[in-house]
Amino acid sequence: MKQKEWGEPALAITQSAVQPAAKAAWSSSFAKFREIGLLAFIALLCVGVQLRNPSFLTWENINDIATNTAILAILSVGMMLVIITRGIDLSIGATLALSGMTAALTVKQFPGLHPGVALLLGIAVGLVCGAIVGLLVSKVGILPIIATLGMMNVFRGLTYEMSGGKWVSAHQMPDSFKQLATGTILGINNLIVIAVVIYVAAYYFVSYTRTGRRVYAVGSSPESAAVSGIKSDRILWLVYTLMGGLTGLAGVLWVSKFASAQGDTASGYELNVIAACVLGGVSIAGGSGKISGIILGSVLLGILNNALPMINVSPFWQSWIQGMIIVIAVIINALVKRGINRNNLMRRKI
Amino acid sequence: MKKMLTLGLTAVMAISLLAGCGNNGNTGTGDNSGTNTATDAGKNTDSGSGKKKFAIIFKNTGNPYGEKMMEGFKKAIEEKGDEAILKAPDQPTAEAQIQMIEELISQKVDSISIAGNDPDALQPALTKAMKAGIKVSSLDSAVNAQSRNTHVNQADPERIGRTLIQGVSEMIGGEGEIAILSATSQATNQNTWIEWMKKELEDPKYANVKLVKVAYGDDLRDKSVSETEALLKSYPNLKAIIAPTTVGIAAAGKVLTDKGLKDKVKLTGLGLPSEMAEYIESGICPWMYLWNPIDVGYLAGFTAEALVAGEITGAVGEKFTAGSLGDKEIVADGDGTQIMLGDPFKFDASNIAEWKEVY
Repeated sequence: MKQKEWGEPALAITQSAVQPAAKAAWSSSFAKFREIGLLAFIALLCVGVQLRNPSFLTWENINDIATNTAILAILSVGMMLVIITRGIDLSIGATLALSGMTAALTVKQFPGLHPGVALLLGIAVGLVCGAIVGLLVSKVGILPIIATLGMMNVFRGLTYEMSGGKWVSAHQMPDSFKQLATGTILGINNLIVIAVVIYVAAYYFVSYTRTGRRVYAVGSSPESAAVSGIKSDRILWLVYTLMGGLTGLAGVLWVSKFASAQGDTASGYELNVIAACVLGGVSIAGGSGKISGIILGSVLLGILNNALPMINVSPFWQSWIQGMIIVIAVIINALVKRGINRNNLMRRKI
Repeated sequence: MKKMLTLGLTAVMAISLLAGCGNNGNTGTGDNSGTNTATDAGKNTDSGSGKKKFAIIFKNTGNPYGEKMMEGFKKAIEEKGDEAILKAPDQPTAEAQIQMIEELISQKVDSISIAGNDPDALQPALTKAMKAGIKVSSLDSAVNAQSRNTHVNQADPERIGRTLIQGVSEMIGGEGEIAILSATSQATNQNTWIEWMKKELEDPKYANVKLVKVAYGDDLRDKSVSETEALLKSYPNLKAIIAPTTVGIAAAGKVLTDKGLKDKVKLTGLGLPSEMAEYIESGICPWMYLWNPIDVGYLAGFTAEALVAGEITGAVGEKFTAGSLGDKEIVADGDGTQIMLGDPFKFDASNIAEWKEVY
């Protein structure tokens, strides 16, 4: 019993970026294999699609994939943190709609407003939503799936209420706001730049800050985290609030990108985000997940979304293929994880 | 603290349950809360006295188009001095609509008009309603012929399909590749229009117009954008896109704007004027079509009134007067019957400024 409790956090550390050199070589190479497998899978997919449609691997299309995947990738960071703590957040689609609608209605009312202000406002709305969810989960102790399912409907309802069921259309938004998502920095689309910045920050956060490591500790083994003096409830609150903030940001970017805010914006999008995390090897059981993994997970989903329409598969098969790929990825995840655990046990016996 | 909360919630639930029951029974014991103002009228089983109740169920809430339709419906019913019940589920599913139909049956309404989320899945519920003496008509999206008395068609599918092809052919000068960006592959409306588009294309004068692909954006922004991008890349010589759905046409408009393809690829289809104003004004979409949803609801209202009054039964050839829309005739539609609103309305740079404020 003791051994197990001590074993899991150790695993979490070896699985993430901080890698104690020689000792962890076995397990880490095993854990890395999965990422290599995913990478190989992506490469194979690209070659296959390229053979069927030569315009797939063009600069323009790669740019389109990156731009279309940026929002999903941003959300995956938050979702990874939440899932690592053994939680889940189903409310993000609704939070995204709420923050996007808030920003859209604001710029509609005040067209002269700097788009940065709209962006901050969206983030603020997201942070508040996330903080409420976090409070329900950490302080009130409601199961994450229940709390977020409930808040999902609350936020969605608020969005409809606020907009009066009406859409905010392209002609009601000032150009400056729409340029948030279409503008470029050094030739690279803003959405991609924002996503990269967030990934760098998130990598630093989970790998090199005390709080970041505590997120893993709480997810690996809440009991031992509590024994070692980590205030789990604060960590939980933090991850849901971060998730909310990122969702708020994504909401504004979404509305700016598509130049339209609807009440049902991103309805069901949370499932795509969870899928990206699971594809990237984030374990739903908590405690493990890597930044490099979710990058690959989001990219794979992004490529699927882009490539399936390009290879002329019937719309019925599209969902089937997408689902099968997720299931296969999850099966590989389970198999590899079992392998690592067995490997760890063997090592300890000697 | 928690106990209090639980107690409070339980109490609220119990009360709402009671209120729900009060609606079905005919006792009306005073615990009916504000939502059930209809109960009094429901007790009049002899339909001779009191206002008649006409219900409309749209696909989902938060759809401005549906709201305009319900507004038109309400207007028609109120012109006749009756009561309109407007309903729409949160999610566009057949299950949610079935539940609403069941509620309306127990409320003993006189008529149900429905924009179906599925042509067949609603059949058991709607047949049950008709057996209970309720007149059932569909509008916007039809339900199958067995589960309705008649259908109000916002525009002749044939006229829409043919008009779209005529319009697109005019835009591209009668020559080049075109593609269709639809909603879901299961959408009843869109599929019928697409069939008519294909029939119109058989005409020899479109010999040089080639339909290269029908793509499905599922009425989701992100998917519609991906599908549009894929169309542009897979068919570099594409001259025009027809998108007979508002999310699709707006998403395509956005992609063409961002990629600066204004003069290369034309866009037309069916869309909400407010969503499309930006792209019609900028010339990305020279013009597009749609009907007036207020008129659709208005015609559905008068259809329901005529059915309940016994003026029509839903048989081919019957005629009635639909308020300000004038005389309408029931025509055949496959196994069933329908009433046509008329040709689609054309929105272009000259009238979009006025219409974008309407819906």
